[in-house]
Amino acid sequence: MTIEVRDVTKRFGEFVALDDVSVAVDDGSLTALLGPSGSGKSTLLRVIAGLEAPDAGTVLIAGEDATGVPARRRGLGFVFQHYAAFRHMTVRDNVGFALSIRRRPKAEIRARVNELLTLVGLAGLHERYPDQLSGGQRQRMALARALAVEPRVLLLDEPFGALDTGVRAELRAWLRRLHDDTGVTTVLVTHDQEEALEVADRIVVMRDGRIEQAGTPRELYDRPANDFVMGFLGSVSRIGDSLVRPFEIELRTEPVDGAPEGMVRRTVHLGFVVRVELVLDDGTPLTVELSRPRAEELELAAGDIVWVVSDVARRPGRPPATAPAPAAGR
Amino acid sequence: MLGLGIATVYLSLLVLLPLAAVAAKAVTPRFWDEVTSPAARSALELTLGASLVVTAINVVFGTVVAWVLVRDEFPGKRVLNAVVDLPFALPTVVAGLILLGLYGPTGPLGIDVAYTRVAVGLALLFVTLPFVVRAVQPVLAALDREAEDAAQTLGASGWQTFRRVVLPALRPAIVSGAALGFARAVGEFGSIVLISGNIPLKTQVASVLVFGQIESDDVHSAAAVSVVLLLLALLVLLFLRGLNWRHSRHGA
Repeated sequence: MTIEVRDVTKRFGEFVALDDVSVAVDDGSLTALLGPSGSGKSTLLRVIAGLEAPDAGTVLIAGEDATGVPARRRGLGFVFQHYAAFRHMTVRDNVGFALSIRRRPKAEIRARVNELLTLVGLAGLHERYPDQLSGGQRQRMALARALAVEPRVLLLDEPFGALDTGVRAELRAWLRRLHDDTGVTTVLVTHDQEEALEVADRIVVMRDGRIEQAGTPRELYDRPANDFVMGFLGSVSRIGDSLVRPFEIELRTEPVDGAPEGMVRRTVHLGFVVRVELVLDDGTPLTVELSRPRAEELELAAGDIVWVVSDVARRPGRPPATAPAPAAGR
Repeated sequence: MLGLGIATVYLSLLVLLPLAAVAAKAVTPRFWDEVTSPAARSALELTLGASLVVTAINVVFGTVVAWVLVRDEFPGKRVLNAVVDLPFALPTVVAGLILLGLYGPTGPLGIDVAYTRVAVGLALLFVTLPFVVRAVQPVLAALDREAEDAAQTLGASGWQTFRRVVLPALRPAIVSGAALGFARAVGEFGSIVLISGNIPLKTQVASVLVFGQIESDDVHSAAAVSVVLLLLALLVLLFLRGLNWRHSRHGA
C-alpha cells in the first residue's frame, strides 16, 4: 500500500514540527524516517497514522485522500516506543483487542491470537500480564497486537528505542525478516543511523521539520546531499572545509606535495579497523580509520609525523562523477 | 518489627479501643429492640440509602470533574481546581448554613428543599465531592496517553477507548475515592443537622439520632445504633475493597 504525504505543515503553538513536508512511501517497502530528536519524524508518523491532524497539506493512503479520516478507520498498525500496552489486560486480550472491537467470534479471535503469538515468538505467554514481560517481549506483543487485523501499513515509532543493545539488534533482524515474510509496507522512525542503514530499503533524513534527503541507504551514504546528511549517516572527519569518511583518508610516512602534515596522538585497535587520532600542523584534530593490514604496514606510534591524503571528490556539494545525488524532498 | 509494634499500638489506642468500648456499651439485652425501634430503623435506612445514592452520583460526576480538570484546557481551570477542595476546608456546619441559605425557605433560587430527604442528599453531595475527584485526578494525569492512541489505531472509538482502556485503569482510584466518600457520608453530622430539620422517621440521620440519644442520657441506645452503623459501613467498605482487589491483582 503506498503512502503519499503532500505539503504537510504541523505546528504546536510557536514550534513548527513539520514545515511543508512531502514524502512518498512505496508499496511493500521498509522506509526509515531518520533524524535527531525534534526533527519532526515522529510527528510525521503520527500524521500518517491520523493521531495528529496536519495544519496544512494532505495524506494519501493507497492513492485516496485520508487527511480527514480518523485513525481508527485508516487500517494502519502502529507500534509505540514505550509499548503502549493495555496493562490491565492479558497478552491474549491485548493482541485480540482489535478483533474484539470488531466483534469477531471468540473462536476466531482465539485462533488468530495463537497464530500471532507464535509468529512473534510469545507462544505460551497468553495469560501473562504486560508487567510480567521483559521489554523485548512487550514490544513483540505490541507488534502482534498491531498485526492482528492485517494492517495495510505498519508504522513503528522508535520501536526499539527503550531496549538494551543486544535485544535491539535481535529485534531489528527479526523485524526485517518479518517484513520480508509478510511484505507489509512499513515505516520506521528512528534516530539511530545504524538501525536505518541495516533494516531499511529507503531512508528519509529529516531535520528541523524538513526533509534533507531521501533515497536508498547506499545513495545517502555515498552521495549525501549536504554535510548534515553525511554527518548523520556515519562518522566523519573534517579536513579544511571538506568532510570525509575517516576510512577514505590515506596516511603516508613520506612527505607529499600539498598534503597537510600531522602528528599521531594515539592509535586505537578496534578489531579489523585501527583508528588513528592525529593533530594537524594547524592544531586541528583529525580521526582516520585504517584497515589492520595497512596500519601494520605503516607501524604508526604516538609522536610519528604523517602526511594526510584524502579523496575529496565525494564531499558534499560536489557532484559525483556518475549520477546526481537525489534531490531533497520529493 | 519495631515499626509494626508502633503501628499496632497507635491504631489500637486510636481506633480499636474506642470501638471496643462502644461495642461493650451496646451489648445489652435490649440491643435488638433499640436498633429496630421505628426511629432507629428509619435513621439507619436513611443514612445508608442516602450515602449509597450520593456515592453513586460521586462516582459518575467526580470522574467527570477529574477528567475535565486533567484533560481540558479552559480559562478559570485553576480556580475550579481550588474550588474542589472547598468542602474539605469549610467547617461542615458552615456548609450546612450555606445550603440552608441557598435552598432553604428564604433562598434566592426559589427552591426550598429544607427539612426534606433531598436536603440530606444535597448536604452529603457537597461534603463528599472532593473524594472521587482527588483520588482519580493524579491517576488520570499519570495515565499513558499512548495506550489510548494505540486503542484508536486498533479501531476503537472514543467511547470504546474510554470504557475498555481508560476506565479499567481508573477503577481502583474511583473505588477508593468512593469508599472514602461513602465513609464520610455515613458519619456526616455538621452539614446535615441544620438543613435536614432532624424530623424523626423522616429526615433524621443516624449520627443526629445518636447525638440526640446521648443528649437525653440514653447511652445504651446510642451505642447500639452506633454499632449497627459501624457494621453497615464496614460491610460496604469491604465490598468495595473486594471489588478493587478483584480487578487489580495483576495491574500495576
